[in-house]
Amino acid sequence: MLSIKNLHASVEDKEILKGINLEVKAGEVHAIMGPNGAGKSTLSSIIAGNENYEVNEGEIFLDGEEISELAPEERAHKGVFLSFQYPVEIPGVSVTNFIKTAINESRKAKGLEDMPANEMLKKIREKSELLEMDKKFLSRSLNEGFSGGEKKRNEIFQMAMLEPKIAILDETDSGLDIDALRIVANGVNKLKSQDNAVVVITHYQRLLDYIVPDFVHVLMDGKIVKSGDASLALELEEKGYDWIKAELV
Amino acid sequence: MDLKDKLLSSYIAFEEKFDMDSHLHDVRNQAIKNFETKGFPTKKEEAWKYTSLNAILKHDFSVFPKHENAIEFAAVKKYFLHEIDTYKLVFIDGKFSSFLSSTTHEGIDVCLLSSVLTKPKYKPVLETYFNQIAQKNESLTSLNTAFAQEGAFINIPKSKVADKPIEIINFSTGTEAALMVQPRNLIIVGENAHVQIIERHQSLNSNPVLTNSVTEIFAQKRANVDYYKIQNDVQTANLIDNTYIAQKQESRVAVHTFSFGGNMTRNNLNFYHQGERIDSTLKGITIIGDKQHVDHFTLVHHAQPNCESHQNYKGIFGDSATGVFNGKIYVEKEAQKTDAFQQNNNILISEKATINAKPQLEIFADDVKCSHGCTIGQLDESAMFYMQQRGIPKKEARALLMYAFSNEVIESIKIPELKQRITKIIATKLGVKMGFDL
Repeated sequence: MLSIKNLHASVEDKEILKGINLEVKAGEVHAIMGPNGAGKSTLSSIIAGNENYEVNEGEIFLDGEEISELAPEERAHKGVFLSFQYPVEIPGVSVTNFIKTAINESRKAKGLEDMPANEMLKKIREKSELLEMDKKFLSRSLNEGFSGGEKKRNEIFQMAMLEPKIAILDETDSGLDIDALRIVANGVNKLKSQDNAVVVITHYQRLLDYIVPDFVHVLMDGKIVKSGDASLALELEEKGYDWIKAELV
Repeated sequence: MDLKDKLLSSYIAFEEKFDMDSHLHDVRNQAIKNFETKGFPTKKEEAWKYTSLNAILKHDFSVFPKHENAIEFAAVKKYFLHEIDTYKLVFIDGKFSSFLSSTTHEGIDVCLLSSVLTKPKYKPVLETYFNQIAQKNESLTSLNTAFAQEGAFINIPKSKVADKPIEIINFSTGTEAALMVQPRNLIIVGENAHVQIIERHQSLNSNPVLTNSVTEIFAQKRANVDYYKIQNDVQTANLIDNTYIAQKQESRVAVHTFSFGGNMTRNNLNFYHQGERIDSTLKGITIIGDKQHVDHFTLVHHAQPNCESHQNYKGIFGDSATGVFNGKIYVEKEAQKTDAFQQNNNILISEKATINAKPQLEIFADDVKCSHGCTIGQLDESAMFYMQQRGIPKKEARALLMYAFSNEVIESIKIPELKQRITKIIATKLGVKMGFDL
């Protein structure tokens, strides 16, 4: 589904990714872990098409199609979703209106009519219940005055609405208390199917207790230096990253 | 002959129609003398440093339209807030259109300034209010005073609430090759009285128009006034709006100015406090492009203790558009415990667009709370990326962001249909159709 080959990228002439290779197949959950500054968020931004980063070398394929030259919205229309670490506040635009706009823009790009209002409402109700969101929450301005947990829950709500092929969750666990973490993880698990895939980017192992990965990759200094199964995450939790560094020398 | 000379010689013919011994004639004479001395403002004056009238004044404006013009309602319906019932005062090329208007004398007066200027029964109103708060030394205001003939006269007596909003609309038909109009409005809102007013200037074709408008508003004790100005005129329209507001104790006046069009727009908005515990609000949204120019020149004169003023102006400038915000807050020595707040945020969406922003605080009292903030920036790139990531294309994402940026001001519009209308104009202005009513 998602295939990254020898990806090198930089921001303002500083090379951050130094040759990333990653294969994510439909139905899989991958976790990318690593210390601060390793390039985790850069990787997710680049997959989603953030124009502040320059891809110097390498390719990104989505279902066989090279997407690294596409605009962020075009990638979104093809099924790439990024849950932001810091979602942006948009005063005056409600959660409902924002997601309506997002869904209908995506449909427009595919040559479809707007989603009928009753269908939209039904879907909003269904997905907001999945994430245990209050009705009042839906009419609030997007992310304005939201707590950290509410912001993340809203990100996963949007993911549920947009039904992406590949969802990248960037530090979705940061700023969440244990209840919010459980709700968010539960939501992700329910949305998971054999037709989509999830990449969880995290600093800590905590979230992986709830969203169990098939593969764990360690990203250090712009490269994936080690891959393994879920047990690798536990080992990292216990021993930190230094032993991997030592192994590399 | 330049426009100034033309106006001065027109005045001589104009004044012959009036009673030379009247109070009004004296007022006009003084006014024209002041205009004659000062002339049109130039960029040499500090208050006009960033706005030039030179190119505009080169047009050969007719000062008095030769024809009476009529318009079909259907042709101009869209300029009215037609979703709701309103009182209407409609002027076509400076002349009252009874056909398009809906006036009243029942309980409140929604009628014409010409009556106040000419009918003996209004003599006390004329002498007490007309030209009393307008600045007599300001040349463009003087010019209007000298020629003032028509406009809105609104009088809401003590404890009355206007049962529906009042629309004041000035159309120009373009029958003249170039037209100068000088509407004059007088609005008196009595003790405890309440009124909502919407004012609009609209050209119906592309012949140049210069509007030099003066509005005087008197808000008595505990009066409550909401005034909305919609400035979304065609590219060849020029507007100088001089608004003077006198507030008595505990009154509340809010003026919202929405500037989305026209070639040149200058808003001189002046608040004068004449009592304690007054609340003044000045808000505006400016969204312009091309070579449009909008200049907000505000003054809040705090003269009494315990009063508040709130200013919030948002500006979005594209193409080669230019904006000016000059906000003056004057706090006299007596005006202790003043709470004056001023905010002006601007976004430049093109490299050629400019904004000149100048807060001016003159404070002579020692126990006051005055703050001002001014920002000039570009659209937030991380917010753009966020929206694009959700599948919203650049153009729509930009529009949503600009809407969000203006939202604080939009939210304080008290007439829901007007709020909808403004958001629609913004969406049109930004060239997007949203999947929902913004």
